[in-house]
Amino acid sequence: MKYLYYPGCSLKSTGKPYEESLKAVFSALKVPLEELRDWNCCGATAYMAVNEVKSFGLSARNLALAEKQGEPAENGHVQLIAPCSACYALSLKTQHYISENEDIRKKVERGLKEASLTYEGRVDVRHPLDVLMNDIGVERIKEEVKSPIGGKVACYYGCQIVRPYATFDNQASPKSLDKLMEAIGATPVQWAMRSRCCGGTLVGTIREVGFRLNYLILKEAEKKGADTLATTCPLCQFALECFQPDVNAAFQEHINMPVAYFTQLLGLALGIPDKKLGMQRLFVPYKKAQIGG
Amino acid sequence: MRSPTPAPYSPSGAGVRPSLLYEVRKVLKYESELNPEFGQDVAHKAHGENLFACIQCGTCSGTCPVSHYMDYSPRRIIAMVRSGFEEEVLASSTIWLCASCYQCTVDCPKQIRLTDIMYALKQKAIAKHLYPKGFPIPIMAEEFYKGVAKTGRNSEGSLMINMARRTSIFNLFKYTRLGMKLFTTGRMAFKEEGIENKEQLRLLLRGIEKAEEEAR
Repeated sequence: MKYLYYPGCSLKSTGKPYEESLKAVFSALKVPLEELRDWNCCGATAYMAVNEVKSFGLSARNLALAEKQGEPAENGHVQLIAPCSACYALSLKTQHYISENEDIRKKVERGLKEASLTYEGRVDVRHPLDVLMNDIGVERIKEEVKSPIGGKVACYYGCQIVRPYATFDNQASPKSLDKLMEAIGATPVQWAMRSRCCGGTLVGTIREVGFRLNYLILKEAEKKGADTLATTCPLCQFALECFQPDVNAAFQEHINMPVAYFTQLLGLALGIPDKKLGMQRLFVPYKKAQIGG
Repeated sequence: MRSPTPAPYSPSGAGVRPSLLYEVRKVLKYESELNPEFGQDVAHKAHGENLFACIQCGTCSGTCPVSHYMDYSPRRIIAMVRSGFEEEVLASSTIWLCASCYQCTVDCPKQIRLTDIMYALKQKAIAKHLYPKGFPIPIMAEEFYKGVAKTGRNSEGSLMINMARRTSIFNLFKYTRLGMKLFTTGRMAFKEEGIENKEQLRLLLRGIEKAEEEAR
């Protein structure tokens, strides 16, 4: 079975290393990925502030395109991988609201009809972490590990992978990323910030608020002795890594915390070369700690 | 407890009025000055969210990571919506500081989807142009919305330029170093990305608009 892959805008620009490492990892595990053709922006949090139903319309187009392009899995549903937490949460929210709210459904159906599209509800929106842990499985991943990574990892899930919908993990205290990091030889730190909000676009709008939210996460990771953060979302990665100099300036700190995508860390453990994982694109370089070294 | 004197404000805050973030406002009004339909109106816009079931426990405010930066806490916003403080709510910083982390929504003991209520309020504020001039978050929302309508995708580069045009052109300089770094690491697309079938997306969004107009 092929998974369809919906990159979203971020993975084609600031989140490029996420796309590179995700593709490299899936290819190393021999799980085929096929990009959703002509996908559009999910609208993220900004679009919905202007018009909600049209925002559902954006995701509905992607779902309709996926249903047409993909081949169904055993459960009869096309498996659509959305690595960006905003795309993931909004696609799920769209599915929920069009199935639970008749008014929204009718309006979205009208839009789809005018665009000569149909959506029957036969798409499962999946986060790559879910696919890795529950379809491919941690045992299979362990077998493929060629050079386990050592060191301490602060697993940072962000908000929208578990809220408002937790489809594959514990909402209050997610654990799947910790288990994956353990499987590849790292030691996950125990911390309370795992799904606390980074503020998303606040780092670019009301900067002092955004900086403070990111500072709390980075500082806590540092205090727990983490060698790197592992993140699952391109917006969190961008805020936490690219604004680290601003956060340091605002709080008179010298935090130097790598913020790697979980797929990059997994790729390193699978023995994939740094370049294929986009490691050189990180602002704060991450050097793999060898087990026993 | 909040300090009665506003905290010192640093002018680096992208053109935000100090009072928006730090001043605790107290609003007294005669009943005749309130909009008695506002609560129902917002509840309807947020898909019948039962904000009248709110017990004012404050879980939302306690769990919100940005509530201490808001002029009214989420709990107060719900109380004010119910009581009809339309202008104050729609002009508040609260609704814009909400970053959609959905923590309040999953924690509310009465299952009120506060994030959806915040969205409904944002939509109303934008429709009525009731946000402070130069306030960057609604401006970003509007520019993002326009960009997606035009190309079907978001481009960080054009978004930044269009925002700077409407807030302060000096904001662009703040991002010079970041932009250079993104460029040298190959993380910034200069070409504006867009979808192929723009007409299909246009028809879809127009269809929804028509359905919304007919429902009015």
